[in-house]
Amino acid sequence: MSNKKNWPLWEVFVRSKNGLEHRHFGSLHAADSEMAMENARDVYTRRNEGVSIWVVESKNITASNPEHNGELFEPAQDKVYRHPTFYELPDEVKYM
Amino acid sequence: MKDNLYKYILGIADNSLILGQRMGELCGHGPSLETDIACTNISLDLFGQVRSYYQYASKIAGDGRTEDDIAMLRKEREYLNVLLVEQPNNDFAYTMARHFLFDVYHFLFLTELQKSKDLTLAAIATKSLKEVSYHQRFSSDWIKRLGDGTDESQQKMQTAIDFLWTYTDELFHQTEADKAMVSEGIGVDVTKLKQAYYSKVNSILEESTLIIPESKYFQKGGKQGIHTEHMGYLLTELQYMQRAYPNMEW
Repeated sequence: MSNKKNWPLWEVFVRSKNGLEHRHFGSLHAADSEMAMENARDVYTRRNEGVSIWVVESKNITASNPEHNGELFEPAQDKVYRHPTFYELPDEVKYM
Repeated sequence: MKDNLYKYILGIADNSLILGQRMGELCGHGPSLETDIACTNISLDLFGQVRSYYQYASKIAGDGRTEDDIAMLRKEREYLNVLLVEQPNNDFAYTMARHFLFDVYHFLFLTELQKSKDLTLAAIATKSLKEVSYHQRFSSDWIKRLGDGTDESQQKMQTAIDFLWTYTDELFHQTEADKAMVSEGIGVDVTKLKQAYYSKVNSILEESTLIIPESKYFQKGGKQGIHTEHMGYLLTELQYMQRAYPNMEW
């Protein structure tokens, strides 16, 4: 009975349309990848949200440590020259 | 002809309606949140199919009864579903075993119904088949997980299969409407599905390390409207709203 509590956590990525990238949709519990895929289909794509699903066990994701946010992200804040904001874009170029 | 076609459609649709109601009972009661959503999702697939059938039946009957009237306002004896689908959710093994034993049949049946001369039925079959392929995959998967799982899960799945086995033969019984529709090229000859059915079911049971029941005694009656004692309770819940508030709409 306690087994279901031990089902590992999986992260679900769904591509909503061809041509778009997979986006993180959420997570769920499943005993293995096959069940994770079926559960993902039912939990996240039952209202016609997707054309492709990726599932990955959460433990396989290496996440950045919030304590290291300073060294990871702050150096980027004061370097405005890293943004290509000094170019004049012709009007014909949309969606940049 | 008209009467036989009407009865034939109900025979198909009632299976999905009653099974869908049983699956819907798990809403909020599934063994895990994910499985709960899966079961109710399957239930909604079945109700979607049922709507197409009843809309068609309502057109055939042509007496002013709507799809809702047909679904909600018949008496127990007027429902033509097989006994298998009305069996209760005693535990999750029963729920999955019942679904599996029906899905294998449902898949074979719809595959054949696609060839029907009645284009409406053929179209509903083609549309439903995608959903039912998934249902079959989902329930087969659970048969294997529980059958080839722990000692306890295996024993529970075996108990469920043994109990429900006796309701499988009825799937292949022909009613008068069946025979008439087969001769018109509209209906599916269910007697011809039997061999493929048991061969598929048996292979999955074997893969799941479950014992194939040997019982030769089978229950019947649902297709004639003679149901098990569970049916009355099921209909009480299903029909509650229309019985308590007649003609209510939302």
